[in-house]
Amino acid sequence: MPTSDYDPACLPDLLPLYYRRLFPFSQYYRWLSYGGVSKNYFQNREFSFTLKDDIYVRYQSFTTQNELEKEMQKMVPYKIDIGAVYSHRPSQHNAVKSGTFQALEKELVFDIDMTDYDDVRRCCSAADICSKCWTLMTIAIRILDRALREDFGFHHLLWVYSGRRGVHCWVCDDAARKLSVAARSAVAEYLSLIKGGEETVRKVVLSDPIHPFINHSLSVVERYFCQYAIVEQDILGSKESVDKVLALLPEDIKKDLTVYYQEEKNPMKRWDRLCTLVEHKKSSIKKGGQYFDKEIMLQYCYPRLDVNVSKGVNHLLKSPFSIHPKTGRISVPIDLKELNTFDPFEVPTISLICEELERPRADEAEDDDVKDKENEQEAGERRRIRDLQKDF
Amino acid sequence: MQFPGRRKKLIGSSQNDLYDHCLQFYGQPPLENISLTEFETFAVERLKLLKTVENLGVSCVKNSEQYTKKLDAEISKFFFNKEDGISEYEKRRKDHISHFILRLAYCQTEDLRRWFIQQEMDLFRYRFNDLHSKHKTDFLHKNNLKYETVSAEEKKSLQDKLIASSYGLSGTKVEEHDVYKVPFQDALDLVRTRKVYLLAGNAYIPHHEIVTIVLNDFRTRLSKALAMTARSLPAVQSDERLQPLLSHLSHAYVGQDYSIQKNIGKISLEQIDALSGKSFPLCMRHLHKALRENHHLRHGGRMQYGLFLKGIGLSLEQALQFWRSEFVKGKVDADKFDKAYAYSVRHMFGKEGKRTDYTPYSCMKVILSNPPSQGDYHGCPFRHSDPELLKQKLQNYKVSPSGTNQVEDAGFSLNHPNQYFTESQKLLSGGRDIKKEVDMSQRSQENPASVTRPSQANSKQAHEEMGDLDSFFQDE
Repeated sequence: MPTSDYDPACLPDLLPLYYRRLFPFSQYYRWLSYGGVSKNYFQNREFSFTLKDDIYVRYQSFTTQNELEKEMQKMVPYKIDIGAVYSHRPSQHNAVKSGTFQALEKELVFDIDMTDYDDVRRCCSAADICSKCWTLMTIAIRILDRALREDFGFHHLLWVYSGRRGVHCWVCDDAARKLSVAARSAVAEYLSLIKGGEETVRKVVLSDPIHPFINHSLSVVERYFCQYAIVEQDILGSKESVDKVLALLPEDIKKDLTVYYQEEKNPMKRWDRLCTLVEHKKSSIKKGGQYFDKEIMLQYCYPRLDVNVSKGVNHLLKSPFSIHPKTGRISVPIDLKELNTFDPFEVPTISLICEELERPRADEAEDDDVKDKENEQEAGERRRIRDLQKDF
Repeated sequence: MQFPGRRKKLIGSSQNDLYDHCLQFYGQPPLENISLTEFETFAVERLKLLKTVENLGVSCVKNSEQYTKKLDAEISKFFFNKEDGISEYEKRRKDHISHFILRLAYCQTEDLRRWFIQQEMDLFRYRFNDLHSKHKTDFLHKNNLKYETVSAEEKKSLQDKLIASSYGLSGTKVEEHDVYKVPFQDALDLVRTRKVYLLAGNAYIPHHEIVTIVLNDFRTRLSKALAMTARSLPAVQSDERLQPLLSHLSHAYVGQDYSIQKNIGKISLEQIDALSGKSFPLCMRHLHKALRENHHLRHGGRMQYGLFLKGIGLSLEQALQFWRSEFVKGKVDADKFDKAYAYSVRHMFGKEGKRTDYTPYSCMKVILSNPPSQGDYHGCPFRHSDPELLKQKLQNYKVSPSGTNQVEDAGFSLNHPNQYFTESQKLLSGGRDIKKEVDMSQRSQENPASVTRPSQANSKQAHEEMGDLDSFFQDE
């Protein structure tokens, strides 16, 4: 991702400034204290820091907001991760009798990473993202947010841009924080529809009856599919990508389409034909494999989450408001009300925001301007925090 | 855990309060005095019941007619009292007390606990499913499983969604039967596989599936309780009246796992051929023969036989030599063996990977996991072989025709191939008395291959065809 302003070499200079003036310590502390209902909740929370030269330190913990600030300003971490709330202060874990130091609670988290979609996106690969494939994140957020709220009854969800190629979700409800490993893994599996790795061609298989969750997810996917997959990703354009789609279909439909596509070059028309043939087949067989078109849509668009990230109570995940060292972007909360206009390339980088801080303030207007920029990202977070505070 | 003998006597009038339902979760231990005789009788009879549960679970399809009939019969036997009319109260009391006594015997090791939990769960599942719908709901309420039933209006509005999510639901079923609202954390198996409708954090469980939820709860509670019991066990074991009974109970029916190798190196490779004829159970003899003939065994066979050999005392070096010398006679050259097969032998001995020192398979494991297919020689001949072939094979091994028809009781119950080996070796070296009537001379002529197997019924077909041979496989 080209960011002309940002140069990783500047981090040693920018980070101290960021941690002194911009990192929202008080909101952060309030969030992680959860209203002080549970004793020592903040004090027993594990943080991990990655320092300069890739030095990684775990089991960091702090007794007060002040201590958190001082330590971060002193150590100047390049990366910050948040872990679980333990039975004792993580920084003293060695002093605890072996076996008694245990992870007790943590938010339920999800990590959606664009690289997991490499087999179905043509515009980019690996760590790259662009506005075309970002739609996948939009789809993922809509599907998962709905399911976590409506199916599982969670209320306090924080969606965060990871800083480079994906998004994270932090489910902060009390019930979520207390979930066992088995429960977390069950939730993650309930939400998983894409099965299989390198070797598997057909990664989604639907059978009758279709579970309401799948139907809800399909209606989200269907809203975006034509514009995203047929137009932007052009999956029915080149021979290579057409072949990939055809590989997901039964022989007879495949044959028919191969012939049809020799004449018809318009991708929308090609897709329509595909759907018609599937519909036809459905009404002629009694059972099995009637949903090829839906399966294709899901395979190309449905969220791919890493179950292992969600499963572990002690799993460490990148902290909101931390900086991504490779891109300089701040891990900002995403406001779901503005989801359609969220642009990862507009997210402030540390260099941008520090530069704005440094600029001499000519008058009030500019002053407010700067403050606005600072607050922009925090507004979303404050809203989230306010929501979280309500119940805690 | 409170222990009988140290508590006050039960007052008659509160009998009904104590046992207000025919089923229970065994949450509270019994609080009365009990005679040693009753203690022993209750324990042994429940054990017989659980053993039947286990055997039926292996030999019949659960909930099939055969299963139901037999289990019903066994349960009636358990509750039957020689005097006229055992009261409901007494039935429940026996159920209660016998369960707790067995906890003492089965809490000590992971294996014992697992076995006990599995059988108690199967028994509970059967008895719960047998309950009338109203009694099922009663049970849920009495045990703080505060699962509400969904109102008729809500059921109607959610009808399509319920049918689309749960197995075996139709419109009429939804209307007529209860649907329970259960917090999703209590229905993880259904959630994980998306086999249930979820709304606002609740799983909507149809009547016929509520037993799964209840069973999860049962297992969790029992598991925790057994762990706690294990901690207070030393106090119990110090009671001399009880100690012999408790250890007899847990050994007789579940047995050792042969994980600790005794006699390492006492067996030499040259002896194996002879031993296979004399002291190997049929399955291992079969595997050994196949190995000698084909100079190869597939993975399932290598595991079953290899671990058995480890159990009888082969060292790692001996095992490597044994397998290499045999495989090399076939299509595998020494290099390939070292590359491909040696690793797996070392793995069996806990020298590779996560270094688990695998235990030799028990009969249950051999029978239940990994059934053999074409080209395999592992498994249990009494379970996986065609009965006619089996009969022929036994005759080949010089088991006299009457031997195949007679039931011989060696005075112990066979559960493990290595147990067979050990007992056989003991027998041959004359170190053991046999309790019941056995013809000693016949025994030394024949192979100990005629020792009985615990009740196995191969299949319905087997029952019909085999007649005599069938009785060979029954316990009584």
